[in-house]
Amino acid sequence: MQTPAPFEYERATSVEDALALLERHGPDARLLAGGHSLLPMMKLRLARPEVLIDINDLAGLSYIRVDGDHLAIGAMTRHADVLASPVLGEHYSVFHDAERVIADPIVRNRGTVGGSLCQADPSEDLSAVAAALRAEIVIRSTNGSRSVPAREFHTGPYETAVGPAEIVEEIRVPIRPGAGSAYQKVERRAGDWAVAAAGCYVVLEGDTVSEVGIGLTAVGAPHFCAPDAEEWLRGQQPTDGAIATAAQLAADGCEPQSDQRGPADYKRHLAGELTRRALHRAVARARTGSNGQGA
Amino acid sequence: MQVTMTVNGDEVTRDIEPRLLLVHFVRDHLGLTGTHWGCDTSNCGTCVLWMDGEPVKSCTVLAAMADGRDIRTVESLEVDGKLDPVQEGFLREHGLQCGFCTPGMLMTARWLLDRNPDPSEHEIRETICGQICRCTGYENIVRAIRWAADHPAGAEAEEMSA
Repeated sequence: MQTPAPFEYERATSVEDALALLERHGPDARLLAGGHSLLPMMKLRLARPEVLIDINDLAGLSYIRVDGDHLAIGAMTRHADVLASPVLGEHYSVFHDAERVIADPIVRNRGTVGGSLCQADPSEDLSAVAAALRAEIVIRSTNGSRSVPAREFHTGPYETAVGPAEIVEEIRVPIRPGAGSAYQKVERRAGDWAVAAAGCYVVLEGDTVSEVGIGLTAVGAPHFCAPDAEEWLRGQQPTDGAIATAAQLAADGCEPQSDQRGPADYKRHLAGELTRRALHRAVARARTGSNGQGA
Repeated sequence: MQVTMTVNGDEVTRDIEPRLLLVHFVRDHLGLTGTHWGCDTSNCGTCVLWMDGEPVKSCTVLAAMADGRDIRTVESLEVDGKLDPVQEGFLREHGLQCGFCTPGMLMTARWLLDRNPDPSEHEIRETICGQICRCTGYENIVRAIRWAADHPAGAEAEEMSA
Protein backbone atom coordinates (compact mmCIF):
# COMPACT_ATOMS: atom_id res chain seq x y z
CA MET A 1 0.00 0.00 0.00
CA GLN A 2 1.37 3.39 -1.00
CA THR A 3 0.62 6.19 1.42
CA PRO A 4 2.12 9.65 1.55
CA ALA A 5 4.12 10.74 4.59
CA PRO A 6 2.03 12.75 7.07
CA PHE A 7 1.25 16.35 6.21
CA GLU A 8 -1.09 19.11 7.22
CA TYR A 9 -4.01 19.89 4.91
CA GLU A 10 -5.35 23.35 4.20
CA ARG A 11 -7.96 24.39 1.69
CA ALA A 12 -7.60 27.81 0.09
CA THR A 13 -10.73 29.85 -0.52
CA SER A 14 -9.20 32.42 -2.88
CA VAL A 15 -5.93 33.22 -4.61
CA GLU A 16 -5.18 35.73 -1.84
CA ASP A 17 -5.88 33.07 0.76
CA ALA A 18 -3.60 30.58 -1.05
CA LEU A 19 -0.79 33.14 -1.10
CA ALA A 20 -1.30 33.93 2.58
CA LEU A 21 -1.16 30.22 3.42
CA LEU A 22 2.00 29.81 1.35
CA GLU A 23 3.62 32.71 3.19
CA ARG A 24 2.55 31.39 6.57
CA HIS A 25 3.79 27.85 6.01
CA GLY A 26 6.99 28.62 4.13
CA PRO A 27 8.88 26.57 1.53
CA ASP A 28 7.74 23.17 2.90
CA ALA A 29 4.19 23.87 1.72
CA ARG A 30 3.00 22.82 -1.71
CA LEU A 31 -0.08 23.78 -3.69
CA LEU A 32 -2.36 20.85 -4.53
CA ALA A 33 -4.26 21.18 -7.82
CA GLY A 34 -5.43 17.99 -9.59
CA GLY A 35 -2.93 16.01 -7.56
CA HIS A 36 -2.32 13.44 -10.28
CA SER A 37 1.41 14.11 -10.38
CA LEU A 38 2.06 15.36 -6.86
CA LEU A 39 0.19 12.63 -4.95
CA PRO A 40 1.95 9.75 -6.79
CA MET A 41 5.29 11.42 -6.02
CA MET A 42 4.29 11.79 -2.39
CA LYS A 43 3.32 8.11 -2.23
CA LEU A 44 6.79 7.23 -3.47
CA ARG A 45 8.26 9.75 -0.96
CA LEU A 46 9.90 11.57 -3.86
CA ALA A 47 8.01 14.59 -2.53
CA ARG A 48 7.43 15.21 1.18
CA PRO A 49 5.70 18.54 1.70
CA GLU A 50 4.82 19.39 5.29
CA VAL A 51 1.65 21.18 4.24
CA LEU A 52 -0.65 20.76 1.25
CA ILE A 53 -2.74 23.74 0.23
CA ASP A 54 -5.69 22.51 -1.81
CA ILE A 55 -6.61 25.07 -4.49
CA ASN A 56 -9.42 23.07 -6.12
CA ASP A 57 -12.00 25.54 -4.81
CA LEU A 58 -10.45 28.39 -6.82
CA ALA A 59 -13.03 28.17 -9.61
CA GLY A 60 -12.03 31.67 -10.68
CA LEU A 61 -8.80 30.21 -12.06
CA SER A 62 -10.65 27.88 -14.42
CA TYR A 63 -11.33 29.61 -17.74
CA ILE A 64 -10.33 29.78 -21.39
CA ARG A 65 -10.96 33.08 -23.10
CA VAL A 66 -9.80 35.51 -25.74
CA ASP A 67 -8.17 38.50 -24.06
CA GLY A 68 -7.35 41.09 -26.73
CA ASP A 69 -4.72 39.54 -29.00
CA HIS A 70 -4.02 36.68 -26.60
CA LEU A 71 -5.65 33.48 -25.47
CA ALA A 72 -5.80 33.30 -21.69
CA ILE A 73 -6.02 29.94 -19.93
CA GLY A 74 -6.58 29.89 -16.18
CA ALA A 75 -4.13 27.74 -14.23
CA MET A 76 -6.87 25.53 -12.74
CA THR A 77 -8.38 24.71 -16.13
CA ARG A 78 -8.68 20.93 -16.35
CA HIS A 79 -7.20 18.97 -19.24
CA ALA A 80 -10.73 17.85 -20.15
CA ASP A 81 -11.77 21.49 -20.56
CA VAL A 82 -8.80 22.25 -22.80
CA LEU A 83 -9.73 19.30 -25.00
CA ALA A 84 -13.37 20.42 -25.16
CA SER A 85 -12.60 24.10 -25.86
CA PRO A 86 -13.76 25.35 -29.28
CA VAL A 87 -11.76 28.57 -28.82
CA LEU A 88 -8.46 26.71 -28.43
CA GLY A 89 -9.32 24.39 -31.30
CA GLU A 90 -10.07 27.36 -33.53
CA HIS A 91 -6.72 29.05 -32.91
CA TYR A 92 -4.33 26.21 -32.07
CA SER A 93 -5.27 22.63 -32.76
CA VAL A 94 -1.94 21.67 -31.18
CA PHE A 95 -3.80 21.89 -27.85
CA HIS A 96 -6.41 19.35 -28.90
CA ASP A 97 -3.83 17.07 -30.55
CA ALA A 98 -1.81 17.05 -27.33
CA GLU A 99 -4.73 16.70 -24.92
CA ARG A 100 -6.07 13.68 -26.77
CA VAL A 101 -2.90 11.81 -25.78
CA ILE A 102 -2.39 13.20 -22.27
CA ALA A 103 -3.18 10.45 -19.77
CA ASP A 104 -6.79 9.18 -20.13
CA PRO A 105 -10.27 10.76 -19.92
CA ILE A 106 -10.62 10.11 -16.18
CA VAL A 107 -7.25 11.62 -15.29
CA ARG A 108 -7.99 14.53 -17.63
CA ASN A 109 -11.03 15.30 -15.46
CA ARG A 110 -8.68 16.17 -12.60
CA GLY A 111 -5.31 17.24 -14.00
CA THR A 112 -4.84 20.97 -14.57
CA VAL A 113 -2.86 23.09 -17.00
CA GLY A 114 -1.07 25.00 -14.24
CA GLY A 115 -0.34 21.84 -12.30
CA SER A 116 1.17 20.15 -15.33
CA LEU A 117 3.48 23.06 -16.03
CA CYS A 118 4.49 23.42 -12.37
CA GLN A 119 5.19 19.72 -11.95
CA ALA A 120 7.84 20.32 -14.65
CA ASP A 121 8.19 16.67 -15.54
CA PRO A 122 10.76 16.44 -18.36
CA SER A 123 8.26 14.32 -20.34
CA GLU A 124 5.23 16.56 -19.85
CA ASP A 125 3.27 17.41 -23.00
CA LEU A 126 1.87 20.90 -22.33
CA SER A 127 5.37 22.14 -21.50
CA ALA A 128 6.33 21.41 -25.12
CA VAL A 129 3.13 23.03 -26.38
CA ALA A 130 3.72 26.17 -24.29
CA ALA A 131 7.35 26.34 -25.46
CA ALA A 132 6.36 25.87 -29.11
CA LEU A 133 3.75 28.63 -28.90
CA ARG A 134 6.06 30.97 -26.95
CA ALA A 135 3.42 31.27 -24.27
CA GLU A 136 3.81 33.45 -21.20
CA ILE A 137 3.19 32.15 -17.71
CA VAL A 138 1.65 34.66 -15.30
CA ILE A 139 2.86 34.14 -11.73
CA ARG A 140 1.32 35.92 -8.79
CA SER A 141 2.58 36.73 -5.32
CA THR A 142 1.43 39.18 -2.66
CA ASN A 143 3.63 41.75 -4.42
CA GLY A 144 1.63 41.48 -7.64
CA SER A 145 1.91 39.56 -10.91
CA ARG A 146 4.85 38.90 -13.17
CA SER A 147 5.06 37.18 -16.52
CA VAL A 148 7.70 34.60 -17.46
CA PRO A 149 8.22 33.28 -21.00
CA ALA A 150 7.44 29.56 -21.22
CA ARG A 151 10.97 29.04 -22.49
CA GLU A 152 12.36 30.44 -19.24
CA PHE A 153 9.76 28.90 -16.94
CA HIS A 154 11.43 25.52 -16.47
CA THR A 155 14.76 25.82 -14.72
CA GLY A 156 15.47 22.07 -14.66
CA PRO A 157 13.74 18.73 -14.19
CA TYR A 158 10.89 19.29 -11.70
CA GLU A 159 12.08 22.87 -11.16
CA THR A 160 10.42 26.08 -12.26
CA ALA A 161 10.70 29.84 -11.92
CA VAL A 162 7.81 29.80 -9.42
CA GLY A 163 8.98 30.91 -5.97
CA PRO A 164 7.85 29.34 -2.70
CA ALA A 165 5.20 31.99 -2.03
CA GLU A 166 3.95 32.30 -5.59
CA ILE A 167 1.12 30.76 -7.60
CA VAL A 168 0.75 30.32 -11.34
CA GLU A 169 -2.36 32.17 -12.34
CA GLU A 170 -2.65 32.11 -16.11
CA ILE A 171 -1.08 30.93 -19.34
CA ARG A 172 -1.15 33.48 -22.16
CA VAL A 173 -0.69 32.57 -25.81
CA PRO A 174 -0.40 35.20 -28.57
CA ILE A 175 -3.09 34.77 -31.23
CA ARG A 176 -1.48 34.41 -34.65
CA PRO A 177 -4.14 34.62 -37.36
CA GLY A 178 -3.75 31.88 -39.96
CA ALA A 179 -1.33 29.81 -37.90
CA GLY A 180 -1.40 26.05 -38.37
CA SER A 181 -0.29 23.85 -35.51
CA ALA A 182 0.02 20.18 -34.61
CA TYR A 183 1.30 17.72 -32.00
CA GLN A 184 2.75 14.27 -32.56
CA LYS A 185 3.55 11.80 -29.81
CA VAL A 186 4.76 8.24 -29.52
CA GLU A 187 3.75 6.46 -26.33
CA ARG A 188 4.12 2.83 -25.31
CA ARG A 189 0.44 2.45 -24.45
CA ALA A 190 -2.64 4.64 -24.08
CA GLY A 191 -2.17 7.19 -21.32
CA ASP A 192 1.56 6.75 -20.81
CA TRP A 193 4.17 9.49 -20.74
CA ALA A 194 5.72 10.20 -24.11
CA VAL A 195 8.65 8.19 -25.42
CA ALA A 196 9.06 11.37 -27.44
CA ALA A 197 6.74 14.10 -28.69
CA ALA A 198 6.91 17.24 -30.81
CA GLY A 199 4.54 20.17 -31.22
CA CYS A 200 4.75 23.16 -33.48
CA TYR A 201 3.01 26.07 -35.14
CA VAL A 202 3.76 27.80 -38.44
CA VAL A 203 2.54 31.00 -40.03
CA LEU A 204 2.86 31.26 -43.81
CA GLU A 205 3.19 34.42 -45.88
CA GLY A 206 2.47 33.29 -49.39
CA ASP A 207 4.46 30.10 -49.49
CA THR A 208 7.14 31.16 -47.06
CA VAL A 209 7.35 30.34 -43.39
CA SER A 210 7.21 33.72 -41.64
CA GLU A 211 6.89 32.40 -38.09
CA VAL A 212 7.53 29.02 -36.55
CA GLY A 213 7.75 27.54 -33.06
CA ILE A 214 8.85 24.00 -32.26
CA GLY A 215 8.51 22.28 -28.88
CA LEU A 216 9.79 18.87 -27.84
CA THR A 217 9.30 16.77 -24.74
CA ALA A 218 10.89 13.66 -23.21
CA VAL A 219 14.01 14.01 -25.36
CA GLY A 220 16.17 16.38 -23.30
CA ALA A 221 15.54 19.45 -25.45
CA PRO A 222 16.76 22.48 -23.47
CA HIS A 223 13.70 24.49 -22.38
CA PHE A 224 11.47 22.10 -24.37
CA CYS A 225 12.25 23.92 -27.66
CA ALA A 226 14.30 23.69 -30.85
CA PRO A 227 15.62 27.19 -31.63
CA ASP A 228 18.15 26.10 -34.28
CA ALA A 229 15.47 24.36 -36.29
CA GLU A 230 13.14 27.34 -35.97
CA GLU A 231 15.82 29.79 -37.07
CA TRP A 232 16.68 27.67 -40.08
CA LEU A 233 13.09 27.21 -41.23
CA ARG A 234 12.02 30.84 -40.86
CA GLY A 235 12.04 32.46 -44.32
CA GLN A 236 12.17 29.10 -46.14
CA GLN A 237 9.52 27.53 -48.29
CA PRO A 238 8.15 24.54 -46.36
CA THR A 239 9.24 21.90 -48.85
CA ASP A 240 9.82 18.28 -47.83
CA GLY A 241 13.55 18.94 -47.89
CA ALA A 242 13.38 22.10 -45.80
CA ILE A 243 11.17 20.42 -43.22
CA ALA A 244 13.48 17.39 -43.11
CA THR A 245 16.47 19.65 -42.46
CA ALA A 246 14.64 21.49 -39.69
CA ALA A 247 13.64 18.15 -38.15
CA GLN A 248 17.24 16.98 -38.21
CA LEU A 249 18.35 20.21 -36.48
CA ALA A 250 15.66 19.65 -33.84
CA ALA A 251 16.93 16.10 -33.24
CA ASP A 252 20.54 17.33 -33.06
CA GLY A 253 19.57 19.77 -30.30
CA CYS A 254 18.24 17.02 -28.01
CA GLU A 255 20.02 15.12 -25.26
CA PRO A 256 17.74 12.13 -24.67
CA GLN A 257 18.42 9.64 -21.89
CA SER A 258 18.10 5.89 -22.26
CA ASP A 259 15.48 4.50 -19.90
CA GLN A 260 12.67 1.96 -19.78
CA ARG A 261 10.87 3.88 -22.54
CA GLY A 262 13.68 3.38 -25.00
CA PRO A 263 17.34 3.91 -25.86
CA ALA A 264 18.72 7.39 -26.48
CA ASP A 265 19.35 6.91 -30.20
CA TYR A 266 15.75 5.77 -30.77
CA LYS A 267 14.43 8.79 -28.92
CA ARG A 268 16.65 11.08 -30.95
CA HIS A 269 15.31 9.48 -34.12
CA LEU A 270 11.77 10.05 -32.86
CA ALA A 271 12.53 13.69 -32.04
CA GLY A 272 13.41 14.28 -35.68
CA GLU A 273 10.64 12.16 -37.17
CA LEU A 274 7.90 13.58 -34.95
CA THR A 275 9.09 17.13 -35.61
CA ARG A 276 8.93 16.37 -39.34
CA ARG A 277 5.39 14.99 -39.09
CA ALA A 278 4.18 17.83 -36.87
CA LEU A 279 5.60 20.46 -39.23
CA HIS A 280 3.99 18.82 -42.26
CA ARG A 281 0.61 18.70 -40.53
CA ALA A 282 0.92 22.29 -39.27
CA VAL A 283 1.82 23.54 -42.76
CA ALA A 284 -1.12 21.65 -44.28
CA ARG A 285 -3.45 23.14 -41.70
CA ALA A 286 -2.08 26.66 -42.29
CA ARG A 287 -2.60 26.24 -46.04
CA THR A 288 -6.17 25.02 -45.78
CA GLY A 289 -7.06 27.30 -42.90
CA SER A 290 -8.43 24.20 -41.19
CA ASN A 291 -6.78 24.39 -37.84
CA GLY A 292 -9.32 21.91 -36.53
CA GLN A 293 -9.82 18.48 -37.99
CA GLY A 294 -8.17 18.85 -41.37
CA ALA A 295 -5.09 17.10 -42.77
CA MET B 1 -9.21 16.44 10.69
CA GLN B 2 -12.95 16.06 10.23
CA VAL B 3 -14.56 15.61 6.81
CA THR B 4 -18.20 15.65 5.83
CA MET B 5 -19.41 14.58 2.43
CA THR B 6 -22.40 13.05 0.72
CA VAL B 7 -21.86 9.44 -0.26
CA ASN B 8 -24.55 7.80 -2.38
CA GLY B 9 -27.03 10.35 -1.09
CA ASP B 10 -26.21 10.04 2.61
CA GLU B 11 -24.20 12.63 4.53
CA VAL B 12 -21.24 11.08 6.37
CA THR B 13 -18.80 12.68 8.81
CA ARG B 14 -15.55 11.05 9.93
CA ASP B 15 -12.29 11.94 11.62
CA ILE B 16 -9.40 11.10 9.31
CA GLU B 17 -5.71 11.67 8.75
CA PRO B 18 -5.14 14.19 5.95
CA ARG B 19 -3.06 11.63 4.07
CA LEU B 20 -5.92 9.13 3.81
CA LEU B 21 -6.77 8.36 0.19
CA LEU B 22 -10.38 8.50 -0.91
CA VAL B 23 -10.36 4.85 -2.01
CA HIS B 24 -9.41 3.72 1.51
CA PHE B 25 -11.92 6.11 3.04
CA VAL B 26 -14.87 4.59 1.18
CA ARG B 27 -13.63 1.01 1.60
CA ASP B 28 -12.25 0.98 5.14
CA HIS B 29 -14.07 3.82 6.89
CA LEU B 30 -17.47 3.46 5.21
CA GLY B 31 -17.36 -0.26 4.42
CA LEU B 32 -18.22 0.35 0.76
CA THR B 33 -15.92 -2.30 -0.67
CA GLY B 34 -17.52 -2.28 -4.10
CA THR B 35 -14.90 0.27 -5.12
CA HIS B 36 -11.73 -1.71 -5.66
CA TRP B 37 -8.20 -0.72 -4.83
CA GLY B 38 -5.75 -1.74 -7.53
CA CYS B 39 -2.53 -0.31 -8.86
CA ASP B 40 -2.27 2.70 -6.53
CA THR B 41 -0.73 4.70 -9.38
CA SER B 42 -3.82 5.99 -11.27
CA ASN B 43 -3.17 3.57 -14.11
CA CYS B 44 -5.64 0.70 -13.70
CA GLY B 45 -8.92 2.54 -13.02
CA THR B 46 -10.62 -0.03 -10.82
CA CYS B 47 -10.96 2.62 -8.07
CA VAL B 48 -13.03 4.97 -10.24
CA LEU B 49 -15.93 6.60 -8.44
CA TRP B 50 -17.71 9.89 -9.03
CA MET B 51 -16.88 13.14 -7.27
CA ASP B 52 -19.32 15.97 -7.99
CA GLY B 53 -20.67 14.04 -10.96
CA GLU B 54 -17.36 13.22 -12.63
CA PRO B 55 -15.41 9.97 -12.50
CA VAL B 56 -12.08 10.19 -10.66
CA LYS B 57 -9.42 7.66 -9.76
CA SER B 58 -9.90 7.57 -6.01
CA CYS B 59 -6.41 6.22 -5.29
CA THR B 60 -5.12 9.62 -6.41
CA VAL B 61 -7.57 11.83 -4.53
CA LEU B 62 -7.29 12.56 -0.83
CA ALA B 63 -10.37 11.98 1.29
CA ALA B 64 -9.73 15.51 2.54
CA MET B 65 -10.19 16.80 -1.01
CA ALA B 66 -13.66 15.24 -1.02
CA ASP B 67 -14.75 17.22 2.05
CA GLY B 68 -18.01 18.97 1.18
CA ARG B 69 -18.36 17.15 -2.12
CA ASP B 70 -20.79 14.62 -3.52
CA ILE B 71 -19.44 11.07 -3.90
CA ARG B 72 -21.12 8.30 -5.80
CA THR B 73 -19.81 4.74 -5.75
CA VAL B 74 -20.71 1.57 -7.62
CA GLU B 75 -23.08 0.61 -4.80
CA SER B 76 -25.42 3.38 -5.94
CA LEU B 77 -26.05 1.89 -9.39
CA GLU B 78 -28.56 -0.72 -8.28
CA VAL B 79 -31.78 0.83 -6.97
CA ASP B 80 -34.33 -1.25 -5.03
CA GLY B 81 -33.05 -4.46 -6.50
CA LYS B 82 -33.12 -3.19 -10.07
CA LEU B 83 -29.77 -3.21 -11.81
CA ASP B 84 -28.57 -0.21 -13.76
CA PRO B 85 -28.58 -1.03 -17.51
CA VAL B 86 -24.77 -0.99 -17.51
CA GLN B 87 -24.75 -3.66 -14.81
CA GLU B 88 -27.26 -5.67 -16.77
CA GLY B 89 -25.16 -5.23 -19.90
CA PHE B 90 -22.10 -6.63 -18.15
CA LEU B 91 -24.21 -9.55 -16.95
CA ARG B 92 -25.74 -10.35 -20.32
CA GLU B 93 -22.66 -9.77 -22.48
CA HIS B 94 -20.24 -11.46 -20.08
CA GLY B 95 -18.38 -8.18 -19.53
CA LEU B 96 -16.32 -9.67 -16.72
CA GLN B 97 -14.51 -12.78 -15.69
CA CYS B 98 -12.70 -12.15 -12.41
CA GLY B 99 -14.60 -8.92 -11.84
CA PHE B 100 -11.76 -6.94 -10.38
CA CYS B 101 -11.90 -4.08 -12.89
CA THR B 102 -15.69 -4.09 -13.05
CA PRO B 103 -16.64 -1.39 -10.51
CA GLY B 104 -14.48 1.19 -12.25
CA MET B 105 -15.68 0.09 -15.67
CA LEU B 106 -19.31 0.40 -14.57
CA MET B 107 -18.89 3.90 -13.15
CA THR B 108 -17.07 5.14 -16.24
CA ALA B 109 -19.65 3.48 -18.51
CA ARG B 110 -22.53 5.15 -16.67
CA TRP B 111 -20.77 8.54 -17.01
CA LEU B 112 -20.22 8.00 -20.72
CA LEU B 113 -23.84 7.04 -21.39
CA ASP B 114 -25.18 9.96 -19.36
CA ARG B 115 -23.21 12.33 -21.59
CA ASN B 116 -23.43 10.37 -24.82
CA PRO B 117 -26.36 7.93 -24.93
CA ASP B 118 -25.35 6.48 -28.30
CA PRO B 119 -21.55 6.12 -28.31
CA SER B 120 -19.64 4.51 -31.15
CA GLU B 121 -17.34 1.59 -30.42
CA HIS B 122 -14.41 3.99 -30.78
CA GLU B 123 -15.90 6.40 -28.25
CA ILE B 124 -16.45 3.54 -25.80
CA ARG B 125 -12.87 2.32 -26.16
CA GLU B 126 -11.52 5.85 -25.86
CA THR B 127 -13.48 6.47 -22.66
CA ILE B 128 -12.27 3.30 -20.92
CA CYS B 129 -8.68 3.61 -22.16
CA GLY B 130 -7.50 4.49 -18.66
CA GLN B 131 -8.87 1.27 -17.21
CA ILE B 132 -7.21 -2.09 -17.38
CA CYS B 133 -8.92 -5.48 -17.72
CA ARG B 134 -6.71 -8.57 -17.86
CA CYS B 135 -9.48 -11.09 -18.53
CA THR B 136 -11.80 -10.08 -21.32
CA GLY B 137 -9.61 -8.47 -23.95
CA TYR B 138 -12.15 -5.59 -23.65
CA GLU B 139 -14.33 -7.01 -26.42
CA ASN B 140 -17.14 -8.07 -24.09
CA ILE B 141 -16.85 -4.89 -22.04
CA VAL B 142 -17.40 -2.80 -25.15
CA ARG B 143 -20.39 -5.02 -26.04
CA ALA B 144 -21.75 -4.68 -22.51
CA ILE B 145 -21.64 -0.89 -22.64
CA ARG B 146 -23.17 -0.95 -26.10
CA TRP B 147 -25.94 -3.23 -24.76
CA ALA B 148 -26.68 -0.64 -22.07
CA ALA B 149 -26.83 2.07 -24.75
CA ASP B 150 -29.33 -0.04 -26.70
CA HIS B 151 -31.45 -0.73 -23.60
CA PRO B 152 -31.54 2.57 -21.68
CA ALA B 153 -34.34 1.35 -19.44
CA GLY B 154 -32.95 -2.17 -19.04
CA ALA B 155 -34.36 -5.35 -20.54
CA GLU B 156 -36.99 -5.92 -17.90
CA ALA B 157 -38.80 -2.69 -18.73
CA GLU B 158 -38.75 -3.55 -22.42
CA GLU B 159 -40.06 -7.06 -21.80
CA MET B 160 -42.89 -5.69 -19.71
CA SER B 161 -43.91 -3.21 -22.37
CA ALA B 162 -43.62 -5.79 -25.15
